[in-house]
Amino acid sequence: MSSPTIKLEHVTKRFGKVTAVNDVSFEVEKGELFALLGPNGAGKSTTIKMLTTLLKPTEGKLTLASHDVMKAQDKARKSFGIVFQDPSVDTEMTAYENMELHAALYSIKGNETKNRIRTLLEMVELWDRRDTLVKNYSGGMKRRLEIARGLLHHPHVLFLDEPTLGLDTQTRNLLWQYVRDMSREEGMTVFFTTHYLEEAEMVADRIGIIDHGKLIALGTSKELTKLTGTKTLEQAYLELTGKTVRDEAADPHEAWAARHRSRMMR
Amino acid sequence: MRILYILWLRQVKRFFRAKSRIVGAVGQPLLFLVALGYGIGSVYARAGQGSYLDFLVPGIMAQTVLFSAMFYGAMIMFDKQFGFLKETLVAPVSRFKIMFGGAVGGATTATLQGLLVFVISLCLGFRPEHWALVPVAIVILGLLAVAIASFSSGIGSFVQDMQGFQAINQFLVFPLYFLSGALYPLQHVPNWLRIVAECNPMSYAVDAMRDVLIGQTHFGLAKDLIVLGVTVVTLVIFGSYRFRHIEV
Ligand SMILES: Nc1ncnc2c1ncn2[C@@H]1O[C@H](COP(=O)(O)OP(=O)(O)O)[C@@H](O)[C@H]1O
Ligand SMILES: [Mg+2]
Repeated sequence: MSSPTIKLEHVTKRFGKVTAVNDVSFEVEKGELFALLGPNGAGKSTTIKMLTTLLKPTEGKLTLASHDVMKAQDKARKSFGIVFQDPSVDTEMTAYENMELHAALYSIKGNETKNRIRTLLEMVELWDRRDTLVKNYSGGMKRRLEIARGLLHHPHVLFLDEPTLGLDTQTRNLLWQYVRDMSREEGMTVFFTTHYLEEAEMVADRIGIIDHGKLIALGTSKELTKLTGTKTLEQAYLELTGKTVRDEAADPHEAWAARHRSRMMR
Repeated sequence: MRILYILWLRQVKRFFRAKSRIVGAVGQPLLFLVALGYGIGSVYARAGQGSYLDFLVPGIMAQTVLFSAMFYGAMIMFDKQFGFLKETLVAPVSRFKIMFGGAVGGATTATLQGLLVFVISLCLGFRPEHWALVPVAIVILGLLAVAIASFSSGIGSFVQDMQGFQAINQFLVFPLYFLSGALYPLQHVPNWLRIVAECNPMSYAVDAMRDVLIGQTHFGLAKDLIVLGVTVVTLVIFGSYRFRHIEV
């Protein structure tokens, strides 16, 4: 076996007194589809932000496609694509312009850029709408655009942080279909979080469960149900994480963005 | 180069798509020119100072650049709020390039607005002393714009919302403007005000513009350009330092 594509070694992240991620270690193999599940505030997004260089870990080491995330930042950055939990497209530009900007940021060659953008926008069925300003897109269209953009530079790893939140069933199925196809075609590793357990069950090769910043279980869906003596992944999940309701992250940006989004949807 | 270009292009495109910003870009300076130029002009002329409009135009051009280049910081703040900033921060590009590419874009639109004010002034009867020096005035405006855009990106990196940004404008940018020589000659003001103005880098940009366009100077062009140059370098360093420590 070659070395793992994603590797966390004793990773801890503290925000003042809050320990968002607490001594977490695990590995994800090349080509694997890996789901990280957990209640709100468990530390999923924080884990992804550390893996994608947006946050520095307080302690521990992260490796991505054999690059030390802290020491070889640019190489690590080239190796992944990401769809964030919150939207991250420029809504005042068109889909095509968003893609072009991404291609430039990742130094994709000019002649390759056009074909690649076209292939991907056709895949997510936005080619006909490529010249529309993104602010006129629906939530599902924005999500599809973000997926296409995340794939543009042929990443080794694709991170998806709650990519299907708020999407209808058709769009969700389509989205997983693109992701699985790309993973199969290019041997791309996929690391995602979701609150829809049936998605994790259907898509993920292995599942990690995180709660209060601690990784509390790791294995295939079958292994997790066996471990807990339950029948479905949902039962196993509830068995492991308990039944109390968690508050949404108290991060000021996210709270603001969430409020703004709900206002725009009305 | 392509990265800087695409980030520059984004700012320019977004400016031309925001109709309200273009209207504001013409409206505000026009109001200043007409209200002050004609309102105070007669008193100014009676005091034996010549044409106030001529005196005012270089200052209003610099003002326009000051206020519109500050807008780049607001863009950074919006990018943070609306999430686009994350897209650039995870890209394999140095943060300096991200900040600077955008700042030059913001500076370009600000300079264009300054030029627009120049054209409006021509319609109101303003004439530069030497047409050949107009390109020099554009370079001065451009330098001022880069300095202010970099400064504002530093501000936009740690301010969380529009209220915070407005507060900075009130307490920093307005004084920078009103306490420069943009609206009145520094020869006849009380000593304390002259000292404040002499510590304000904005005064030197205004003075350089005035020297180049109407041949009046308080500090001398050489000193103006040195201060402006030092200001540009300092503020680019400030902006990229703050931007490097941005958290999303
Ligand atoms: N920037 C931040 N500042 C302070 N606390 C934060 C910040 N980001 C996340 N947290 C806290 O860290 C914990 C984990 O958050 P997060 O990783 O977003 O959870 P999840 O994505 O699993 O819902 C929460 O308690 C959250 O409030
Ligand atoms: Mg999250």
